[in-house]
Amino acid sequence: MTAPLDLIVLGAGPAGAAAALKARALGLSVALIDEAPEPGGQVYRAPSAGLVGAPAEADRVKGDELRARLKASGASLHLNQRVWSLTAGFSVIAIGPDGPLTLEAPNLIVAPGAVERPIPVSGWTLPGVIGLAGATVLLKSHGVLPGRRVVVAGSGPLLLLVASKIVAAGGEVAAVVDAAPRASWFGRLGAMAARPDLMAKGGRWLLQLLKARVPLHSGAAIRAIHGRDGVASVEIGPVDAHWRPTPGPARAIEADAVCLGFGLLPSTEITRLLGARHRYEPELGGWLPEVGASLETSVPGLFVAGDGGGVRGADAAPLSGELAAIGVARRLGHSGDLEQQAIAVTARWRRSARFGAAMSALAMPPPGAVAMIGAQTTVCRCEGLTRATLDTAIAAGAWTLADLKAATRCGMGPCGGRVCGEAAAMLIEAATGLSREAIGQPSARPPLRPVPLAAIAGDFAYDDLPIPAPAPL
Amino acid sequence: MSETYDLAVIGGGILGSAAACRAAAGGMRVIVIEQQTIGSGASSVNAGTLSLQIKRVKLMPYALKGHELWEQAGARVGFHKTGGVTLAFNQREAELLHERMALKREAGAPIELISPARVAELEPNLSRKVVAASWCAEDGYANASLTGAYYRALLEAAGVAIREHTPVTAIDRSGGAFALATPTGPIRATRLLLACGAWLKSPSAMIGLDLPVRARVNTVSVTERGPALVGTVIGHATGLLTLKQKPNGSVLIGGGWQGTGSPEQGRGAVDPETLLPNLRLAMFAVPGLDRFRVVRSWTGFEANVPDFYPLAGAAPGVENAFLLGCVRGGYTIGPYIGALMGDLILGRQPELPLFDPGRFSTSAAAAA
Repeated sequence: MTAPLDLIVLGAGPAGAAAALKARALGLSVALIDEAPEPGGQVYRAPSAGLVGAPAEADRVKGDELRARLKASGASLHLNQRVWSLTAGFSVIAIGPDGPLTLEAPNLIVAPGAVERPIPVSGWTLPGVIGLAGATVLLKSHGVLPGRRVVVAGSGPLLLLVASKIVAAGGEVAAVVDAAPRASWFGRLGAMAARPDLMAKGGRWLLQLLKARVPLHSGAAIRAIHGRDGVASVEIGPVDAHWRPTPGPARAIEADAVCLGFGLLPSTEITRLLGARHRYEPELGGWLPEVGASLETSVPGLFVAGDGGGVRGADAAPLSGELAAIGVARRLGHSGDLEQQAIAVTARWRRSARFGAAMSALAMPPPGAVAMIGAQTTVCRCEGLTRATLDTAIAAGAWTLADLKAATRCGMGPCGGRVCGEAAAMLIEAATGLSREAIGQPSARPPLRPVPLAAIAGDFAYDDLPIPAPAPL
Repeated sequence: MSETYDLAVIGGGILGSAAACRAAAGGMRVIVIEQQTIGSGASSVNAGTLSLQIKRVKLMPYALKGHELWEQAGARVGFHKTGGVTLAFNQREAELLHERMALKREAGAPIELISPARVAELEPNLSRKVVAASWCAEDGYANASLTGAYYRALLEAAGVAIREHTPVTAIDRSGGAFALATPTGPIRATRLLLACGAWLKSPSAMIGLDLPVRARVNTVSVTERGPALVGTVIGHATGLLTLKQKPNGSVLIGGGWQGTGSPEQGRGAVDPETLLPNLRLAMFAVPGLDRFRVVRSWTGFEANVPDFYPLAGAAPGVENAFLLGCVRGGYTIGPYIGALMGDLILGRQPELPLFDPGRFSTSAAAAA
């Protein structure tokens, strides 16, 4: 470590990158950390080094620009880092290519983005089934198609994005299956009209799919994914306005891969780990940290930018990053026209956020969607627990995620509740009618992602272990 | 609510639940009031170690009884008697081990010293740097996360009323009985037992007591499932490591390394400064752990008092009120000492002596 840092930014996606750039422009000393080998996050994800001749599409060009600006910004970039410890005050410990890294700063902007919201359907654990966000990584970073003939299913605008990328990359989309009835898209037109440019982008995806004669099913969902060692066929059927399967005709679609997802959840593990207060807001993806006008959470010095503070989309994310950076500068006592800047950025952020939030709401499953999960469907894959097993425990009184975890081990595996937590909460909600506040969130515990013990332990000599006095006799 | 219980227990952990069950079995009408859910505190977040080798000499008779009770609970609490090995890696630790295990053996624990060669036979995947070791066939573990479900079933079977998610905000003892204020209305009882572990300080202040209770913030870590490495409970001469591999292949690592935070703040946090040596010690003892991935680390609050012995007895100066909190080894000893407490409240002579909380000077003014 050289000079003391003013700010650590966690996450180098659109929000985190913008926060770091803005903070540098305001004269702060900044460190930016990310898990990936290059900045860019999910939207501006860099193609992997081995991928030569990747198409120079718009996101890619913007991403390259962003990467160049970050490298020239004077922010210290720490890439390929796996953060395993985060403590208030703030101290961040990570493991990277050069061994352990410790950073300390009085301010922390977290820009962790969003995670996939899966709703388990029969057969979702078969090889060949991946998440919608996971599919965008495959396509952008590795130029890999999820399969030869793909069903893209779930809800929200990611359906169109993934399907159009598959078509553009020369793959076949067997069907797009959207649980939301077509009418709900029209219901959001008002908010979408705030950003005609983005609406046009969505229109282009749609046109591309129509041109490729991809069948689009609205108000429908996957009943089951069939296959022995991988996906062989996908059975779809109609759902009602609450996304509950209805007795309408089911049809089988031959496919070798499925991209499945029901929108995005704000990634709140870091803000929960640091003890920030959270509230449940379905329109923005679910649980999110409470923030003030400068995006500071209830933990002083801890700011949140981008989708981790509520899913508002890639367009709003950089503006929230800037806003948080301005907030940090003000907290550090910098003066000048920071207040005016904050007002201007806030206005632009609100406008973009309206569009993003409308898109996010479109993907949000209503509580009725829990009916898509069959009794024998695996909900917690780490521990191999079916819906029936969880329902039994809930009926026996496990009315919070913590109790359900204690009773069944749901969420105790390597995923730490990231994959199963939302579905488990939906099951409790459906069975008890309790609020999400009463049901609670999965507990966030270090190291957040599994880390090899040897990587944490590093090199050490036994005699140097700071073993305290023995326990009392 | 007009009903007056014979006994209100604040705190639905192992101790409070065990005492409630015994009192109900003796004919009392009992209610357990818990701020979260039954068994959700230290009772369920500890490492579940049942090791006589890490028990204090003076508590050994209680620990032996505790082991019997956990064994009887069996599969309902995930009980496994595996035996346990305690390791010393240098001369200083070897001396400590010899001295301590001899005293614990005298106190009734079937502990024997074994050679490093014997350790290698028992547990071939342990470090070859062991210089001395002890063995206890009675040692093992249970699954602490099943504690809540187990005690809930016992409480229900005993006919004990359960009030969860119910913090007690005030205690009034002016009317000859205790009136406990809660957000869902008052609860009345003629006797009161405070059994809220590391949270004991605030409710005891409500009856005018100033107890020297502090919280220890113990850290536990678990790995993802991996190939079989060890079959017994592994400990360290200093008591600063407990390690076992569950039948599912995950490895649980504890040892009482201290995190940060306090019950008053509402949450504890893992401290990397203590987690790191905890994990290093584990890896030193079981080198094959290097490839295992740590899935999560967490902390739990354990009550602590200056002499590290339990609090169990009548509340000094407050008629019909009792205190119960266990320090060091509470998971092992809890079911037994809780039952003894039930006997005391029923007016019976407990089988073994309890631990008078009056040994600490308390606020006399409040007791007036």
